[in-house]
Amino acid sequence: MRLDELTRPDFPILERAVNGHPLVYLDSAASSQKPRRVIEAMSQYYERSHANVHRSIHTLGEEATELYETSRDRVQRFIGARFREEIVLTRGTTDGLNLLADALCMRLAPGDEVLVTEMEHHSNLIPWQMAARRRGLTLKAVPVTGEGLLDLEALDRFLTGRTRVVAFAHVSNVLGTINPVAEVVSAARRFGAITVVDGAQAAPHLALDMSSLNCDFYVFSPHKMLGPTGIGVLYGRREVLERLEPTRGGGEMIKEVWIERAQWNDLPWRFEPGTPSIAEAVGLTAAIEYLEKLGMDRVAEHERALSRQALDGLAQIPGVRVFGPPHSIERGAVVAFAIEGLHPHDVAALLDADGIAVRAGHHCAMPLMRRLGVVGTTRASFSVFNSPEEVASLLHAVAAVRTAL
Amino acid sequence: MTVQATRGPYSDVIRERWRRPKFRGELPGANAVAEDVNPLCGDRVRLMLRLVGGRVAGARFTGDSCAICAASADVVVELVDGRPVAEARRVDTADVLAVLQADIRPTRMRCVTLPLSVLATALNGGASRDGSVGEASGEKARGSGATA
Repeated sequence: MRLDELTRPDFPILERAVNGHPLVYLDSAASSQKPRRVIEAMSQYYERSHANVHRSIHTLGEEATELYETSRDRVQRFIGARFREEIVLTRGTTDGLNLLADALCMRLAPGDEVLVTEMEHHSNLIPWQMAARRRGLTLKAVPVTGEGLLDLEALDRFLTGRTRVVAFAHVSNVLGTINPVAEVVSAARRFGAITVVDGAQAAPHLALDMSSLNCDFYVFSPHKMLGPTGIGVLYGRREVLERLEPTRGGGEMIKEVWIERAQWNDLPWRFEPGTPSIAEAVGLTAAIEYLEKLGMDRVAEHERALSRQALDGLAQIPGVRVFGPPHSIERGAVVAFAIEGLHPHDVAALLDADGIAVRAGHHCAMPLMRRLGVVGTTRASFSVFNSPEEVASLLHAVAAVRTAL
Repeated sequence: MTVQATRGPYSDVIRERWRRPKFRGELPGANAVAEDVNPLCGDRVRLMLRLVGGRVAGARFTGDSCAICAASADVVVELVDGRPVAEARRVDTADVLAVLQADIRPTRMRCVTLPLSVLATALNGGASRDGSVGEASGEKARGSGATA
């Protein structure tokens, strides 16, 4: 049985129509839809077990704490982390990257260098820009090759004895490029730089193993992988995480408090001040269980087939330009394209009239758009519930769009 | 899945003005010029006016934008061309929508209003903008989200 045939009945939203057509949801890279199991796990938590975590000595408080901490264990196993205290639950990828930019750059001196890449989402650029401005750091971006790959030769030139942090995407949210994480990490480590990987577009689609990626930090968003919004994962290698000063204070992140000082709590709670996203953690557990049951290798294979179908089909439509690495190179589950003479927002609006949801615009990657010489692109992205028939609908609609305006 | 005459927000007026704009082009001798971008989508509109004796003696637009924004710019120019400046200042969103005859959702409304804010800038002294986020960025930030 095909993966979409297996999973589609689990996604209630796929039953609805949009503009008189069955919904064709091709925007999971922005936020995926949720299987019933995730939605129900969250309502059940609110209906049966809700209380604040860690501080309540009563039955509900203990149940909520156990559910919340179980989520951490599931994440640890899902991404192949060695220790549960390496998993910090945040509010999302953006939140995690801001936390890291603040905490890592706090220790840096003027003139130290932070390296990002030209293909970063704004959330892995702006926090570093802000920190660089505050601390007088130098921010540099490794360029992207004409093929849409990270320029590894340039990376070698950009790395210097002053490079302290290298922050880069695992998978580009526009190009679909899968960056060689382990290779970049080992290059960065030769210069003693800390590595931060934005895994927002990788975690939903690839089997992850932190020990083989070998990076210091890895962040991602459950809402792009069938889970809820409002929660994020920040993995930090224990040796590095335990040397990091917290930048946000509040309840739960302390052990003992006096008026003028405090002693920080152990990992990972040191980085989780305030009441966390508890129901969302429960939803995250359910999303991970769902994905694990399908098998991440099978998920990757399914989405790869859909991407290939879309790439091959789009390449045959006159006036369509497809962005990203050539088809022969393995890529993530996003396909960005432009149609000659049409603005991406018009393309998206015309596809929406057929019930097809795609993303259009700069995809929070303005420097990359500038590099590609476009104001924006139209992007289709795929998840476990998408079918080859839906990709065929997309191709049919794209071919018709050129004459629709 | 057939392509109908009118789909989504694209009225016949928008399609016609997008394909065959009446007022797109340069305006030699323009003395009130303004340009702005919508940071959400990259729409860029440049409005050129020639003001003579309190009247808009000539008007044209150029730019790189979606169909709705281009059609709106074409309509805005038509509504102000040849009119007294005082009247040109009063042209508003409702006037443009009345001509466009389209069902514009809130997420695309900025596509309609961008040419109007550029018009206001041009009439108020016409500072030419380089596209950096300006004083209207708060307003522009509303509408569709820009996460990916």
